[in-house]
Amino acid sequence: MDALVLQLLNGLDKGGAYALIALGLTLVFGTLGVVNFAHGALFMLGAFCAVAVQQLLTLSAQVKDPSVTFFEAFKEVPYLEIWFGDAGTAIIAWSLPLSILIAIPVMLLIGWAMERGLIRFFYKRSHAEQILVTFGLAIVLQEIIRIWFGANPIPVAAPPIVSGSADIGDWLGLGPGVVYPWWRLIYFLFSAIILAAVFGFLQFTTYGMVVRAGMRDRDTVGLLGINIQRRFTAVFGIAAVVAGLAGLMYTPIVPPNYSIGMDFLVLSFVVVVVGGMGSLGGAVVAGFLLGILQSFASMNEVKAIFPGIDQIIIYLVAVIILLVRPRGLMGRAGVMES
Amino acid sequence: MERTSASRDLILMVVFTAAVLSMPIWLAPIGAGYPDLLQKFAIFGIFAIGFNILFGLTGYLSFGHAAFLGVGSYTAVWTFKLVSMNILPAIIFSIILAGLFALAIGYVSLRRTGIYFSILTLAFAQMAYNLAYSVLTPITNGETGLRVLRDDPRILDRVLGIEPGDVLPTPELFGLRTIGYEGFYICAVFLIIAFFIALKITRSPFGLALRGIKSNQSRMNYAGFNTRPYTLAAFVISGMFAGLAGALMAVTDPLAGAERMQWTASGEIVLMTILGGAGTLIGPILGAGIIKYSENIFSAFNEQNLHQAFSFLPDPVQDAAVSIASMFVGEGWHLTLGIIFMLIVIFLPGGVMEGFGRIVKWTRKPPAPRATQEVRTAG
Repeated sequence: MDALVLQLLNGLDKGGAYALIALGLTLVFGTLGVVNFAHGALFMLGAFCAVAVQQLLTLSAQVKDPSVTFFEAFKEVPYLEIWFGDAGTAIIAWSLPLSILIAIPVMLLIGWAMERGLIRFFYKRSHAEQILVTFGLAIVLQEIIRIWFGANPIPVAAPPIVSGSADIGDWLGLGPGVVYPWWRLIYFLFSAIILAAVFGFLQFTTYGMVVRAGMRDRDTVGLLGINIQRRFTAVFGIAAVVAGLAGLMYTPIVPPNYSIGMDFLVLSFVVVVVGGMGSLGGAVVAGFLLGILQSFASMNEVKAIFPGIDQIIIYLVAVIILLVRPRGLMGRAGVMES
Repeated sequence: MERTSASRDLILMVVFTAAVLSMPIWLAPIGAGYPDLLQKFAIFGIFAIGFNILFGLTGYLSFGHAAFLGVGSYTAVWTFKLVSMNILPAIIFSIILAGLFALAIGYVSLRRTGIYFSILTLAFAQMAYNLAYSVLTPITNGETGLRVLRDDPRILDRVLGIEPGDVLPTPELFGLRTIGYEGFYICAVFLIIAFFIALKITRSPFGLALRGIKSNQSRMNYAGFNTRPYTLAAFVISGMFAGLAGALMAVTDPLAGAERMQWTASGEIVLMTILGGAGTLIGPILGAGIIKYSENIFSAFNEQNLHQAFSFLPDPVQDAAVSIASMFVGEGWHLTLGIIFMLIVIFLPGGVMEGFGRIVKWTRKPPAPRATQEVRTAG
């Protein structure tokens, strides 16, 4: 029982990441009609926003170490600590939450540049060409990051106050000893909040209503004198921010390297297909569902019955879904069903 | 529609054969005349020809073709281990097994079209890749890769009285080595055969049906034409080509690893085909050659080479030029590849072959009359 609950929780944070990326993918597909293979690169760029902020804040100078008296010893001390003392140390400790503030405008800008600079020329071209050009863009983006930050994963620290584990055993009445990392809980909550925010925006604001109307029937909305194109570009920007934040918050769980986006992209695509191309709710449901399924499949008891199932479960589900219900779990009938 | 006739095809075939066989000579001036690279040209040429039979003719974009390459490689190495070091059984088994895999995967994947087909093939390839790394380790030898050992059984060789010596046995074709130029010529013969088959397929009614599927599958269906067997046949054939390419990889270097099946490897073959020109006969081979050649050239550069290359510049400018250029060479070769690829898809979706076509058109039509025409429309 304990194990089941733990696996469920394990699935939630990964599922949250899948859901966030898949939401952006399906939003872009629903509005612009573009299959964006560079969406994983946005996740990766978000993660490297956190890395960049951390590196910037910990820029350090060599200072003489007074604790060593035998010889002249130097140690690296971040400028922030030299200038602000303990306040500086605190700022460094909270670099990850701080980087969110930087990442939002940066990702918005990147998303806007990507849409205006490349994607808009591909609305009318075939899906195959869209896949190919965004695949090329993804390679370019991740290689630029590799040149800048190197090929090795770079660890990013969560604030020390949440670095430990939560005693969820006590809360859930499972008895002591069942612990779960704080940051993973935070990640799940964070993804839930972001998802709620995006849905709220689309569902309860006039702007979002127009976007949804545009997804249904772009031409009619255009005939009503609304510049739907500008709103769709804004949606692309939002999708970029969502993917970027998903990557940024994931850094304490898995240290990012330049290819982390590709790993998530393939899985997120499968998530979108399972949820239903263009269906926002489907992307979220399928994201969490597949995240949880994957973590259940990696239990030893399951692996003993089906060896290797943890490696293929997501793809297997996708194959079955595509064959028996091609529109996906929550896809609208007739949308990309062939 | 391009004009075709039997005699033109014969000329094409002869020119192609001559060009492939003389590759060591005419590629030598650009520094590509050595066997290792030539083998790669031929192997990836075969792979690209096969991929093009599916993607170029039917328009189905498979993102999982590397899986068949991997299956071919593993089968070849296992044949070396169990049957014989002669490459013929290895190649035959590889083609058959890759074909069977393609039949199974194609039967399922081809129920869908468009991006769903791409995702399905991608899913199958990723499953194969992940399994090769985890539970199938007894068959694939996991991360280490599958290799030939000295005391493998090799039944056929034993029966024929070929005993393993003290050294590690190497693949051979009736005594012919498979490395160096011999290796290249073995691959080249297969490349020519593969090209011949592709040519015959393209010109046949079967090929015409495939192109019909590409231009409008629903219309084909409405006309009472069952397209499924045709697409499946194309898928299996291209899978067998991939299996052959995989087997030849194992032949020239008897080692098979799972990284050959990764989806980025599938992406690479898509790239080659697009770069050369999907749907054309020569294009994919050209694309494979260009990518493998540039990979070789670009990744060989390092800072010292660059300093030499830019030595005519004054020092500060030289340093700047070197630091900019070094982003695109050596380890940064993938950046160059990505940029080239984007440019091709954006500006020249028909690939290099379309570029040739445009140049030919441009030279044939003198620019002068076009200018007057523009003036006329403007006025």
